[in-house]
Amino acid sequence: MSLTPYIVLSAILFTIGSVGVLTRRNAIVVFMCVELMLNASNLALVTFAKQHGNLDGQLAAFFVMVVAAAEVVIGLAIIMTIFRTRRSASVDDASLLKY
Amino acid sequence: MTAFWILAPIMVAAALGILFVRKAVHAAMLLAVVMVSLAVLYAALEAPFLFAVQIIVYTGAILMLFLFVLMLVGVDASDSLIETIRGQRVTAIVLGLLLGSTLVVGLSQISLGTVVGMEEANAGGNVEELANILFSRYVFAFEATSALLITAAMGAMVLAHRERLNTKVTQSSLAAQRMKDYAESGKHPGPLPAPGVFARHNAVDTPALLPDGTASPASISRVLAARGTVRSAPALAEDFDHMARQLGVNPTEGPEVAGKTGATASSEEEQA
Repeated sequence: MSLTPYIVLSAILFTIGSVGVLTRRNAIVVFMCVELMLNASNLALVTFAKQHGNLDGQLAAFFVMVVAAAEVVIGLAIIMTIFRTRRSASVDDASLLKY
Repeated sequence: MTAFWILAPIMVAAALGILFVRKAVHAAMLLAVVMVSLAVLYAALEAPFLFAVQIIVYTGAILMLFLFVLMLVGVDASDSLIETIRGQRVTAIVLGLLLGSTLVVGLSQISLGTVVGMEEANAGGNVEELANILFSRYVFAFEATSALLITAAMGAMVLAHRERLNTKVTQSSLAAQRMKDYAESGKHPGPLPAPGVFARHNAVDTPALLPDGTASPASISRVLAARGTVRSAPALAEDFDHMARQLGVNPTEGPEVAGKTGATASSEEEQA
């Protein structure tokens, strides 16, 4: 039994997540796509842990989850503050630094 | 591999759905599908601890946080389709397809060798073995993580905190304001009249009747009035007539029932 399909699935999910980050405008959906990419990399880590028969990959996935949790908390708080001042969650509206 | 071949198409379809759905809540639900399926795949890959953590932390905590913020920001906030950078969407899709095909073709051509499996690594139990590594080799990373989590909690509090710009509205100030409004403009200081209560209808769309028989607009939600779904008193009377016809009573005659008082007649008709 080869584990290649798991890695391919992880690559597909990562690609979909990255396309979502590039195309979607709602900041929260962009964030969800980032989460999708993190999950895809987690799947690759866990798959390689099984491939090599040691637990370091699973532990790395665990650390990714912890960092993702911290990142979501801060990111959503930033989106909330932007929404409070600009009344919009669209990434296009936060363009004050542009001009 | 059965679980994989069942779940992989579902996951890819749900992930693609995130790209195409208009509403952010639907995207969150599709993300939940992906995450729960991923948890099952972790179980299939002999990672029971990550299976539980994936469901509890990702689906339970992070996704709920997303939904909370969605509710705060406004559920109906959907994407605009106007491109601020010309050709951005097409370029992104082309680049995404390139990245995806490169990764998939490249990864499917390599051979990973024989799978070692987790039997030996999980010999003393998955959680116990993970704890052994976590608190020996990775203990500094673990401590750094705790510092990160504290910083994140502090940051969230600082970012979400809002200074109060005006004085807090208390019950006594509200009461004083109400009496002031009454003195100045004659606005009724008490609560609004409740919707009408009749024998058949005590719904919120039935207006309360004023002493002169007209409906009181203050007893009805403004939304219902704007939609035009408020039941009028004549419509109620027609309802009673319809009911009486169904019961086989002629509504035009029967003065011994309807003749007493106009208001109570309808309820008595129903009992009849």
